[in-house]
Amino acid sequence: MTTSTERAGSGLDDGPLTIGGRDFESRLIVGTGKYPDNETMVEAIRASGSEMVTVAVRRVDLDRSSEEGILHHLDPDEFFLLANTAGCYTAEDAVRYARLARAAGFNEWIKLEVIGDEKTLLPDVQATLEAARILVDEGFKVMAYTNDDLVAALRLEDAGCVSVMPLASPIGSGLGLVNPYYIREIKDRLEVPVIVDAGVGTASDACATMEQGVDGVLMNTAIAAADEPVSMARAMRLGVQAGRLAYLAGRMPRREIAVPSSPVGGMLD
Amino acid sequence: MTETTTNPTRDTGRINLTVNGEERKVERGTTVAGLLEELDLEPRTVVVERNREIIPRDDYGEVTLRDDDTLELVHFVGGG
Repeated sequence: MTTSTERAGSGLDDGPLTIGGRDFESRLIVGTGKYPDNETMVEAIRASGSEMVTVAVRRVDLDRSSEEGILHHLDPDEFFLLANTAGCYTAEDAVRYARLARAAGFNEWIKLEVIGDEKTLLPDVQATLEAARILVDEGFKVMAYTNDDLVAALRLEDAGCVSVMPLASPIGSGLGLVNPYYIREIKDRLEVPVIVDAGVGTASDACATMEQGVDGVLMNTAIAAADEPVSMARAMRLGVQAGRLAYLAGRMPRREIAVPSSPVGGMLD
Repeated sequence: MTETTTNPTRDTGRINLTVNGEERKVERGTTVAGLLEELDLEPRTVVVERNREIIPRDDYGEVTLRDDDTLELVHFVGGG
């Protein structure tokens, strides 16, 4: 028998987030970019409770010390590394970056991201799909960043992606969840986990996103660019948990008229 | 490009590489492991691509660099 405290803490018997056969207790995935310094990054990631963290693949800067590599600061035994293909504008480039990431020797997972427009950083869905098919065929576990477009999401699932990751709003914008209806539709129709990736600005955005019933949220800038990243990381952790719990609890129906909470009877004459 | 006997890079037994977009000369016979050592990079944190083909880490000690090789040395950095 569970106590009410245990129920609240465990999120109404909520199970782990299972992606590609791997269980994660946290439904929050965080990026490692744009932090003021590496110490703050590590402290913020710990405060977020995230187990999976994203990293980018870039040239080693030959003029500087090798200390700039993130693995000098982030223990790959403590966090599950999800390499991304950020910055790629073609399927060919994304496949190249994914192969390089896998050769680093940690895992065969990739956050596939193919950008189609420099100004909005919106994804090139067709190129993403093309790259996804190649990478799945090569044995990658692909988590695909995509638009809030149901048909694109269905195609990516069909292609064998282990997770489909529609955006809340453009990368780094902090605009929050602009299209809850489409996000709910994608979640309703897909079988693989749906992780909302990009656009969350603050904890209420994370909460509102999770209230749509999605499986998780991925964010970077909202934490890294906060005045106090460690505190924001904790706020995001709580926001994600609150949103998840509220979703599982089942919200009351919306009404356009007021309904009193106190008894209407028993009033004094 | 025309090779001449006055070209010092040919005479001194050094070969030309392009490493991360920059020209670089190394001794003929240098291996990938040797290049990484010269650059003070830890082999376990660097992935090496030569002429668009990834070189497995276990082969760094055996793979000898060739004249005009184009190398990309990459690693993980912060990103979202």
